[in-house]
Amino acid sequence: MPDLGTYAVEVLSAYAVSIGLLIALVVVSVLRGKRVKRALEAAEARLRNG
Amino acid sequence: MSFWEYANPRKFMALTDRAMPWLFTLAGVSLVVGLVWGFFFTPNDFRQGSTVKIIYLHVPSAMMAINVWVMMLVTSLVWIVRRHHVSALAAKAAAPIGVTFTLIALATGAIWGQPMWGTWWAWDPRLTSFLILFLFYLGYMALWSAIEDPDTAADLTSVLCLVGTVFAVLSRYALIFWNQGLHQGASLSLDKEENVADVFYHPLLLSIAGFVLLFIALVFYRTRTEIRARRLYAIGLKERMANA
Amino acid sequence: MIALLTRDLRLAVRAGGGFGLALAFFLIVTALVPFGVGPDTSILTRIAPGILWVGALLACLLSLDRIFALDFEDGSLDLLATAPIPLEAVVGIKALAHWLTTGLPLTLAAPVLGVLLNLDPQGFVWLVVSLAIGTPALSMIGTFGAALTVGLKRGGLLLSLLVLPLYVPTLIFGAEVVRRGSDALATATPLALMAGITAGSVALLPFAAAAALRVNLR
Repeated sequence: MPDLGTYAVEVLSAYAVSIGLLIALVVVSVLRGKRVKRALEAAEARLRNG
Repeated sequence: MSFWEYANPRKFMALTDRAMPWLFTLAGVSLVVGLVWGFFFTPNDFRQGSTVKIIYLHVPSAMMAINVWVMMLVTSLVWIVRRHHVSALAAKAAAPIGVTFTLIALATGAIWGQPMWGTWWAWDPRLTSFLILFLFYLGYMALWSAIEDPDTAADLTSVLCLVGTVFAVLSRYALIFWNQGLHQGASLSLDKEENVADVFYHPLLLSIAGFVLLFIALVFYRTRTEIRARRLYAIGLKERMANA
Repeated sequence: MIALLTRDLRLAVRAGGGFGLALAFFLIVTALVPFGVGPDTSILTRIAPGILWVGALLACLLSLDRIFALDFEDGSLDLLATAPIPLEAVVGIKALAHWLTTGLPLTLAAPVLGVLLNLDPQGFVWLVVSLAIGTPALSMIGTFGAALTVGLKRGGLLLSLLVLPLYVPTLIFGAEVVRRGSDALATATPLALMAGITAGSVALLPFAAAAALRVNLR
């Protein structure tokens, strides 16, 4: 861990906020991606079986 | 084979299916290396202390926040002119990423501003134009989610994106004018040419590359989702027609 | 075209058409501000230009969703779209009607409210001039927003979210004109820039609005 001096709180919170937002974005994207993919597969199966 | 071949959803899906793992790996590696390098292995600035490390998040996200909008503008234009669905859906997929980057830029800027300028927020032209960019993203996304039919939504959001771009640029220059009209010379902006020395520059470049790659990976991934969602919508319509 | 204009004006003036509502709203907003910031006249003098412009802008926003909504519901918008006059002209007339029923009354009422807010005597002329030049842009931009959201349920809220960011440049220049006018500074630059925005909006936005309307009527 580098010595962050007086501004440790600021630097760490900036990194925490940013990385948190990025991870949230990826998680939301992947969750919706998975859900849509499953729904589409179900719909296509329905379509094939008539 | 021309570039436009990838406007075919099938071709696009096939290409991105192969590219996805590579893109996510590359994005992850360059982001992690860039940020770790910047966070652990760069010296503190003699004036800013350790807060200089925030630059590795702030500059790339701010840059990308604008570039994402430009990408949305280009894809909207392609949709209007050539009517390729992939293009319109890519614009839709990009907006939430742009919002996130804008938020990161605003948040890290505020956190940096508190110790350095002594305030979380100043009505500086740059800061204010990012706030307005954030509002434009929100409006754009709200319009997408308000309209059910995907083609209508694509048309209307494209028009909004074009008009919005003009007004966003106008606002940018209006804000410069507005702020100078209030307090001349009190510019708070970073002068990059002066501030960024080589030690900071190389990890910064890597972290910018990381943000760009992450955006490309995410936009491909989300566009794939949107293509599937659109197909799902079409199947749903067909089923309802058959049942009616 | 003139028939369309008179028809729109008559609809707006008729009871329940929303005419006067914008004015009352403008009055209330500006009357509320002193309650919020306190009765200190020197503070009020300083913030009066901004408050009056923001108030006018919000009052303008209030009646936007009516521009196309009624015509869309009873089907006359479809008729207008197939009428021999181009849809761009219809949009322009609609914006003009909106301006005549909101922008113009707001401009004329603004000096009275300026007295309430203790606006600097030098500022009154510039207040009227800036509103007279700026409000057509507000009407035109708003008409574009209304065209985007015409077929939507709960379009009103979305309309404000879409239109307000577009109002930013007009508001900045408009309030700046009044502020400089009150301080007896040169007002030509912001005034010219605002006139440019108005002219650009009036020239180009009818096309964008008409395109949006065609999509919505498809």
